[in-house]
Amino acid sequence: MKTTEIAIIGAGPAGLSCAVEAAKAGAKVTLLDENLKPGGQLFKQIHKFFGSREHQAGTRGFRIGEQLLKETEELGVEVLLNAAVYGIYENKTLAYVKDGKDHALRAERIVIAAGASENALSFPGCTLPGVMGAGAAQTMINVHRVLPGKKILMVGSGNVGLIVSYQLMQAGAEVKALIEAAPQIGGYGVHAAKIRRAGVPIYVSTTIKEALGTEAVEGVVIHSLDEKWQPIPGTERTLDVDTICLAVGLSPLTELAWMAGCEFTFIPPLGGHVPIHDENMETTLPGIYVAGDITGVEEASSAMEEGRLAGVASAESLGYYDEDTAKRLKDEIWQRLNSLRTGPFGEGRFKAKIKQLQARRQLA
Amino acid sequence: MTQKIGVKYQGFPSDEELAKIPGVPDAERIKRGPVAFIECAQEIPCNPCEEACPYGAIQVGKPITNLPKLDPKKCVGCGNCIAACPGLAIFVVNGSKDKAEISFPYEYYPLPEKGQIVDCVDRSGKTVTSGKVLRVIKSPKYDQTAVITVEVDQEYINVVRSIKRLGGPEHE
Repeated sequence: MKTTEIAIIGAGPAGLSCAVEAAKAGAKVTLLDENLKPGGQLFKQIHKFFGSREHQAGTRGFRIGEQLLKETEELGVEVLLNAAVYGIYENKTLAYVKDGKDHALRAERIVIAAGASENALSFPGCTLPGVMGAGAAQTMINVHRVLPGKKILMVGSGNVGLIVSYQLMQAGAEVKALIEAAPQIGGYGVHAAKIRRAGVPIYVSTTIKEALGTEAVEGVVIHSLDEKWQPIPGTERTLDVDTICLAVGLSPLTELAWMAGCEFTFIPPLGGHVPIHDENMETTLPGIYVAGDITGVEEASSAMEEGRLAGVASAESLGYYDEDTAKRLKDEIWQRLNSLRTGPFGEGRFKAKIKQLQARRQLA
Repeated sequence: MTQKIGVKYQGFPSDEELAKIPGVPDAERIKRGPVAFIECAQEIPCNPCEEACPYGAIQVGKPITNLPKLDPKKCVGCGNCIAACPGLAIFVVNGSKDKAEISFPYEYYPLPEKGQIVDCVDRSGKTVTSGKVLRVIKSPKYDQTAVITVEVDQEYINVVRSIKRLGGPEHE
């Protein structure tokens, strides 16, 4: 059976960062990803990232991805692409499909960095072609360079909805409106301001009543919501759109962690059920770590920091770092992570993450 | 329903929110020459503007969620911060000439050309006046964010913040 020291599932921002840290320490690292290319969502992030210098703020996301890939190559990380991991079994043995064949990989440590998937929304007409996740639309325009439609309605005002609206316009589409069911815009004001300047109206307390069309989306009816989130009769408006993009949150991709037998806790601000982990990102199963959106949905910079944390900790547990060095590195990462989880947009996540760590202590 | 005012509801800062931004240049400073106008009204973890300023005129400090604070005395209006801001929230205004000059980040193709007369829009995207493009800076340092300067009547110095996209729907 094929063996490795640290197997990382998912080559997105968390997985790549984890691979770099662990390989830098000297560990033998194998990175698996079900996609044909590594990078996860990084290569479709064409906007400049927020954060501090350490987070490469001001650098466009795909360039951060290129940098991480280069580092994994230089460090000799083994990258298995088109390799979908479908199971974690006893003795840290992974099962995956590659090139139509089943394979097994036995590792001494496993890091699950599977990411998250987009939430759906149900409404009459939601199965019509032309209704898609905002992330899917972003992949189409920025990776495959295909415009999903010309006249877009964006649903959801979190940063994903705001950023993808902007990028759809950069790609040449017209965004007819962005609607948000909550009474306030969820994402950063600066992202909202970019699309407002470009002429996109943002309607808060507004949701979809139905998508119109028989073979594909030909329009959409939206209506306003009252304080109790109930539709207000008579507020229906029809918009001429051919595409409806849904940016209504993400859910951690936790299947492998459930299957492995990790203990979970339920924290709605993090996206629901999330695996319990400690300060080293180690789950309730010794030697199995988690990093990135699977631990609770945040954003790429936090995912990269969590990946680094899991990379340092797993390498330390294999003896590649002495305790002092590992502690210093981990403290630095925690400081940067905490700085990302401050302010009105970060505090909720900060508290939620504390709860997640407390859940671990309560079990111990 | 009456529209609530402010960045959380409308998606752009209200006049009141803009006035509260630390170091926002006053009318007198704007008349003296180019100066940055930072429209970052929410405490988000971000600080590239601080490092981008060669004159030390922008301070974020710690925690990183502090609002950037401009020192209008130190600021010379060089515009380095415009393209450095990931939120595209920094502008440079110049009220020292007959016409007002407004510089802003722009990331759409096609780019306007120098001398072109363009529709100028306010923070809500509404066309409020037309203006002449004075400069289009495409520096490799700006990594694909063009910095455009337009000239408009003085009354629009605090109103105009971008231009109507060229090649947009109306131009088809």
